[in-house]
Amino acid sequence: MELIIKNGRVVDPYTKKDEVLDIYIKDGIIKKIGKNLDIKCEKEFNAKNMIVTPGLIDIHTHLREPGYESKERISTGTKSAACGGFTAVVCMPNTNPPIDNQAAVKLIHYIAENEGFVKVYPVAAVTKGLAGEELTEFGDLYRVGVVGFSDDGNPIKNSEIMRRALEYAKMFDLPIMDHCEDIQLSNDGTINEGYYSTIKGLKGIPTVSESVIVARDILLTKYTQSKIHLLHITTKDSVELIKIAKEEKVKVTSEVCPHHFALSDKDIPGYDTNYKVNPPLRSEEDRKALIAGLKDGTIDVIASDHAPHTIFEKEKEFNYAPFGIIGLETVVPLTFMHLIEPGHLSIMEAISKLTINPAKILNIKRNNITEGEVADITVINPNLELIYKKELIASKSINSPFINKKLKAFPVLTIVQGKIIMEREKDGTPLIKK
Amino acid sequence: MKKFNRKHLLDIETLSREEIETILDTAVPFKKLFTQSVKKAKFLLGKTVVNIFYEPSTRTRTSFEIAEKRLSADVVNISVSTSSVQKGESLLDTIRTLQAMKADIVVMRHSCPGAPHLIAKRLNVSVINAGDGTHEHPTQALLDMFTIKEKLGRIEGVTVALIGDITFSRVARSNIWGLKKLNANVRVIGPSTLIPKDIEKMGVEVYTSLEKGLEGVDVVNILRIQRERQQQKLFPTIREYNRLFGIDENTLKDRGILVMHPGPMNRGIEISDYIADSPQAVICEQVTNGVAIRMAVLYLIAGEGDLNELSLED
Repeated sequence: MELIIKNGRVVDPYTKKDEVLDIYIKDGIIKKIGKNLDIKCEKEFNAKNMIVTPGLIDIHTHLREPGYESKERISTGTKSAACGGFTAVVCMPNTNPPIDNQAAVKLIHYIAENEGFVKVYPVAAVTKGLAGEELTEFGDLYRVGVVGFSDDGNPIKNSEIMRRALEYAKMFDLPIMDHCEDIQLSNDGTINEGYYSTIKGLKGIPTVSESVIVARDILLTKYTQSKIHLLHITTKDSVELIKIAKEEKVKVTSEVCPHHFALSDKDIPGYDTNYKVNPPLRSEEDRKALIAGLKDGTIDVIASDHAPHTIFEKEKEFNYAPFGIIGLETVVPLTFMHLIEPGHLSIMEAISKLTINPAKILNIKRNNITEGEVADITVINPNLELIYKKELIASKSINSPFINKKLKAFPVLTIVQGKIIMEREKDGTPLIKK
Repeated sequence: MKKFNRKHLLDIETLSREEIETILDTAVPFKKLFTQSVKKAKFLLGKTVVNIFYEPSTRTRTSFEIAEKRLSADVVNISVSTSSVQKGESLLDTIRTLQAMKADIVVMRHSCPGAPHLIAKRLNVSVINAGDGTHEHPTQALLDMFTIKEKLGRIEGVTVALIGDITFSRVARSNIWGLKKLNANVRVIGPSTLIPKDIEKMGVEVYTSLEKGLEGVDVVNILRIQRERQQQKLFPTIREYNRLFGIDENTLKDRGILVMHPGPMNRGIEISDYIADSPQAVICEQVTNGVAIRMAVLYLIAGEGDLNELSLED
């Protein structure tokens, strides 16, 4: 098939392009780029006043398969990714059984190739069974194409294990991706410790439960001269620690989730479990520090931490409901609304945190917008405003605090290897094609 | 006409000053009813009230049951252990079942903050919060305020100290909201490990010294200390807790200070026998007032008929 995207503002962090161009795609390849291309095509997409970017990558997704298919599947999760403008997702290993051996990685690849809508890069567990005790076979896992190691969901409690994991991963030049949390300090907390945990009578998770592990991880990374990626950072102290570490050339990278820069603990209405997430929504002061960290480059990546859960699991007492928010389909609007529109980040800076930065961290080659490249492209309509109704959601789950909220700036076209996978209709409904 | 337009009583936080005053005023004739030869009114005749308690409780459950029966309601009591609930039927499904049996009011105690709010949001029955975890215990605060008003003649301007485990106390939170709305001065006194973060933003003064905290107070409300907190390493020993925060004849020198305790008391730990049995302690009156307050709440939420129908003899 062939396709031409007309008059879009091409923003490509790989080539630093930022100009209005037409893109002609044929047989999966970007054949021609230029102004006012005079090419007639069976499919013409008018991207006037829209942003055309290399396909977005989500560095932190939970696809839940195998084991938790009632929450999400690789098929539904990658569909959700396509609706969110992502052409690739990195999936976390806390499935059941966990992705801690070659066979499990091959299973993910197999299902993704057969049922997936976008490219899936698996991350393997750091420790067998995510139990925090014995390292998995990093070498074997590297050979079948994992892009990093993480016990996400479970922090690595034992500092000796963490040290050895960092040292061992160095041989393969892959990062350890750590969920920074001191479980003892979290002490069964459910929301950020502060005024709101106090008045709601909910146990609080103090900011230090994250920051002390951020500090530990940075010191271990420096000591082992390895590299680490810190998942879903939420506190002002963490941002400051990472900033200092980067100044000292420690190979630390980090990510922030849109719900953490869009919301704070004051926004949680009553005991709405769609706002229950780990790490929790923090204070306004922390939220502002995250935005500042994104702005000055301390934070490298914007990641969804897409964490689907069923309705019956979430419709519970706040203490009993699981942590997690779906995020793939709201990353782009929240990034535009909270980072780009208020002027904190330029479009190029924001798109970098969704494309080139995650690709670099994981050593993966992603396609840029250049003639001859395979076409992985996302088109975003920054002016499209929608009430985010549950009917619009492609994920199998609907646990989002943004349901029924007005959001703006949605991906309207997702192209994977030259094929349109998602095209949004005028009323906002995403159409999935395969 | 009833001046109360609520289907539920979930917390004190969202009540207005006027609503609190309405409840306190409504409890007055009900308390008077207790001195009559027949202590019964017909305001809840034909209504079904289910007291569902997910946490063990004797006094609150009994107080509600007596209040409901004095209002002529049909009463059902259910006790569920929290551990069995987590494995079995969901809370929503359990209450949905009671709703299907046409229960009118559910009085619920639960170990999870917000559990009654979940029911109120999703189902149609009236919900009265009889204590939700460490969040609120609204009827306790109402009966405490009623008792203060009855004994001191006012609440505005009165200085009340809540003493002990503030972090895990639903009684403390409900009292703070209520007393602040009625313009009392509120302070909390307790070990620094049992004072929750940012509580001063609720408008209270924080003291970690009992001696300083007691200066100039009119009322002390002594909270029950749970032995569990010591096991959680929140203070070293019960003995030391008693030495630092126990209320006895030496620490509470002013015989004019009103002493309250929501019960059950740990005599010899947070309160001495001498103080508990002294004339300045109004702990048993609090219990009596608790029934009147709960009758007032039940009446205002679901009662039929006018308060004047009570024929009270002096």
